Amino acid sequence: MAEQQQTHGNAVQTTGHAWDGDLQEFNNPLPSWWLWTFYATIVFALVYWLMYPAWPIGKSFTKGINTITFEQNGEQVTTHWNTRALLIKEMQTGEEALKQQDYLKKVGAASYEEIQNDPDMMGFVNSMAKGLFGDNCAACHGVGGTPTMIGQYPNLGDDAWLWGGDIAAIQATITDGRMGYMPGFAATFSDEQLDQVTAYVLSLSGVVQGEPAQVAAGQKIFQGETGGCYYCHTKAGTGMASVGSANLTDAIWTVADVPGAASDAEKSARVRSVIKNGVQRQMPAWEGRLSAAEIKLLTVYVHSLGGGK
Amino acid sequence: MSDSQRPEEVLYQSRIPIFPRSVKGRFRNIKWVILALAYSVYFLLPWLPWSRDNAPDQAVLFDLAGRKFYMFDLVVHPQDIFWLAGLLMIFAFLLFFVTGVAGRVFCGYFCFQTLWTDVFIFIEHLVQGERPARIRLSKQDWNAEKIRKIGLTHALWLLMAFVTGLSFVLYWGEAGQLVTDFFTGQAPFPAYATAAFLTATTYVMAGVAREQVCTYMCPYARFQSAMFDPETLVVSYDKARGEGAKGRQKLHKGFKTLEERHAAGAGDCIDCGYCVQVCPTGIDIRNGIQLECINCALCIDACDNIMDSLGWPRGLISYTSEKALETGEKTRLLRPKVIAYALALLAAIGVLVWSVAQQAPYDLIVSQVRQPIYVRLSDGSIQNSYEIKLNNKTTEPMTLNFAIQGLDGAELDMGRFSTVELGPGHHLRLQAKVKLSPEGRTGGTYNYRIHVLPEAPADLPQVDANAVFYLPEAR
Repeated sequence: MAEQQQTHGNAVQTTGHAWDGDLQEFNNPLPSWWLWTFYATIVFALVYWLMYPAWPIGKSFTKGINTITFEQNGEQVTTHWNTRALLIKEMQTGEEALKQQDYLKKVGAASYEEIQNDPDMMGFVNSMAKGLFGDNCAACHGVGGTPTMIGQYPNLGDDAWLWGGDIAAIQATITDGRMGYMPGFAATFSDEQLDQVTAYVLSLSGVVQGEPAQVAAGQKIFQGETGGCYYCHTKAGTGMASVGSANLTDAIWTVADVPGAASDAEKSARVRSVIKNGVQRQMPAWEGRLSAAEIKLLTVYVHSLGGGK
Repeated sequence: MSDSQRPEEVLYQSRIPIFPRSVKGRFRNIKWVILALAYSVYFLLPWLPWSRDNAPDQAVLFDLAGRKFYMFDLVVHPQDIFWLAGLLMIFAFLLFFVTGVAGRVFCGYFCFQTLWTDVFIFIEHLVQGERPARIRLSKQDWNAEKIRKIGLTHALWLLMAFVTGLSFVLYWGEAGQLVTDFFTGQAPFPAYATAAFLTATTYVMAGVAREQVCTYMCPYARFQSAMFDPETLVVSYDKARGEGAKGRQKLHKGFKTLEERHAAGAGDCIDCGYCVQVCPTGIDIRNGIQLECINCALCIDACDNIMDSLGWPRGLISYTSEKALETGEKTRLLRPKVIAYALALLAAIGVLVWSVAQQAPYDLIVSQVRQPIYVRLSDGSIQNSYEIKLNNKTTEPMTLNFAIQGLDGAELDMGRFSTVELGPGHHLRLQAKVKLSPEGRTGGTYNYRIHVLPEAPADLPQVDANAVFYLPEAR
C-alpha cells in the first residue's frame, strides 16, 4: 500500500506517530467548512439563549427576550416565550382552533334535530364531545360511558335510562345533576320478608325463577303497603323516569351486579343487600362548569352512546 | 520519528479548487441528452395543463392544503401514502440493480447534484473561459476584470438556483397563479421560505461545495461498495496496457509510435493528464477505483479523444470490471445477485401497479369501539359499536347504504344514517351499532363483514371490510 502511494506520487500526510517501527496513521483532515459549520452552531446557540428560556439559575431560569401575548380572563397577558403560553395562544387564535370555534358556533346555533340529522355535525360532536366526556364525565361513567363494574355508576352505553333517555331528559340531567335515592329496608323488613322480596325482584326479569310461594309472598309485599316498593318502581316493576327508579324487569342492573354473580345464591345475596341497605347516588350539576354549547354537545353524544330514546 | 522532524499537522484542510476542462465525446453527449430531458421534465411539468372535473387543471400538482396529490389521471389521497413506500422500494431496488450491473450510473448521469453541477460548470466556462483561463483568473489579483467575471458567474448561478427553487415550489400550487402571487408578494410564506431555501442550497451545493457533497455528505458514495462485486462495471484505467513494464512515458523521442513504446517496455498512456483535467471531482482515475469517483465517464471521452488523435485503439480508460481487467474474461451481466435485484424490482413494480389499479373510488375503514368492547342491552342482547370512516375520492357525490353479512341474527343500527350522502372529496365518520342475541351462541369473537351498498351513482362498486363481534361468556 505504502509503496503504491509512493509510485503514484500521492504523498499522504501521516499523524507523525510510528509504532513497531513502521506502523503509521494517515491524517485525513476534515474540510474546513466543517469547522465553520461548527462555529455556526455555536452562534446559533448564543442567539437561542438570548431569545428563549435556556439556563437554569437556582429555582428560576433565564427567560429570553421573546414574548407571547394571549388573552386570559378578558385581559391581554404577556409572558416570556414558553410552550404552555404558546398552546393557549394557539387555542385562541390558531387556524385550527378558529375552525373548531366556527364549528362549535354552528352546532351551538343548530337545533338538536338539525344536529342529529347532519352526519357532518355528528362527526364533529363525536370527536369534540369525546374529549369533553373524557375530561368531565369519564371519571365516574368510564371512557365510552361504560363503568368498569356494575353498581358504581350508571352505564350510559346501554339502552336503559334511569332518568329518561330523550334529549330533553339527558340535557336536564347534565345541566342540573341528579339525586338517586332508595331507602334501606333493614328496619322495616324481617329477614324472611327480605328473602321474599329478593325472590320476587329476581323473578321479575326471569334471572332466578325462585320458589313460587316465596315469590308470591314477595309480590304481596312489593305491591302492597308493607313494602310500598311500587310507589317508585310501579306495580309492574318497570320503574319511573321522574324519580329515577330502576326498571326491574329488564336485563340491566345498575346497582346490584347480578350478571357478574357466579351462582343463584350469590345473585340473591347481592339484590338482598341493596334492598336492605338502600341506595344513595348523586350526579353533580354541570351548569356553570360547562358552556351551553358544551352541554349541548355532551347531550347529543350521550344520547348517541346507547341509542337514546 | 522525533518531534522536531514531525511535519506540521493540518487539522482542517481547505478545499483545493477544481477547474474541470470541457470535453467532447460519446458519454458527454449522453450526459447532455439526459440533462436536457431531466430539465425539461423538472422545469416544464408544473406548466402542463390537464383537464379535470371539479379539480385543478394542472397535470402534476401536490395539493397539501387539499390533501390530494394530482398526477395526470391519478389522484393520490392521504390513505394511499403507503404507495410512497412502494415507490421508495422501487427506487432502492432500481438503484441496487443498476449499481450491481454498471456501478455508479446514478451518480454519474442522473443525480441532481451531478446535473446541477454540470450546468454550473457550464456557466462558469461560458463566463470565464476554459480551464487555463479559469485557473489564471483565480490566481490573479482582484481587478475590474476579475470582479466582473466572478461576479457575473455568481449572479448567473444565483439566477439558476432561484429558477430551480421557484420551479420546485410550483409543484405545490397552481403554477400560473403562484408565480403571479410570488412576484406581487401575495404568495404564502412557505412558498417564499421553500424557494429561498432551495435557492440557497442549490447555489451552495452546485456552485460552491460541488464534489464535496459526493465525498463528504452523500451516504450513497459510502454504501455503494456493498453492492459492488468483481464483475461490476466501473470506469477503470487499464493499467497493464497503459504502463507496460516501465510505466508511463510522455510522447518524446523514441516513444512516438506504439511499436517503439512496446519495444522499449513502455505502455500506451502518454501521461497527457487530460483525464485528470476533465474530472469534476479532481481525481486521477489511473490510481484505481476511488471513493470520490462518480463514474461520469468524462475521462473515457478525454482518453478516447487522445487515442483517436494518435490513431491508437480506444479503451485505455473504459467501462470494464475488475475481473475483466485481471483475467481478460468477458463480464457476465446475468449474475445471481443482479437477477435477484431484478426480480425484487419487478415484484415491487408489480405490487405498486396492482395497488394503484385497485384503487377504489371510495374508502371504507371500520374500527371497533373498544371502550366498552360490548354493552348488555335491556332485552339481554349484546351490542358492539364501530366507527365507520368513509372517504369519497371522486369528484361526484355518492349515496351509500349499509349492510352486514356473516353474522346470523345480528342487526345493524346506523341510527339516522342508514343512507348517507357523501359529497365530492368529502369524508365522514359514522357510529354503527350491531346487536346480537346471545341465545344459542357461545362467548368469543365472531368475524363478519360490513358492506357498503352504493345507491348512486349506479356504476359504483361495493366495498366491504372485516369486523369482529365480541360476545361475552354467558353466566
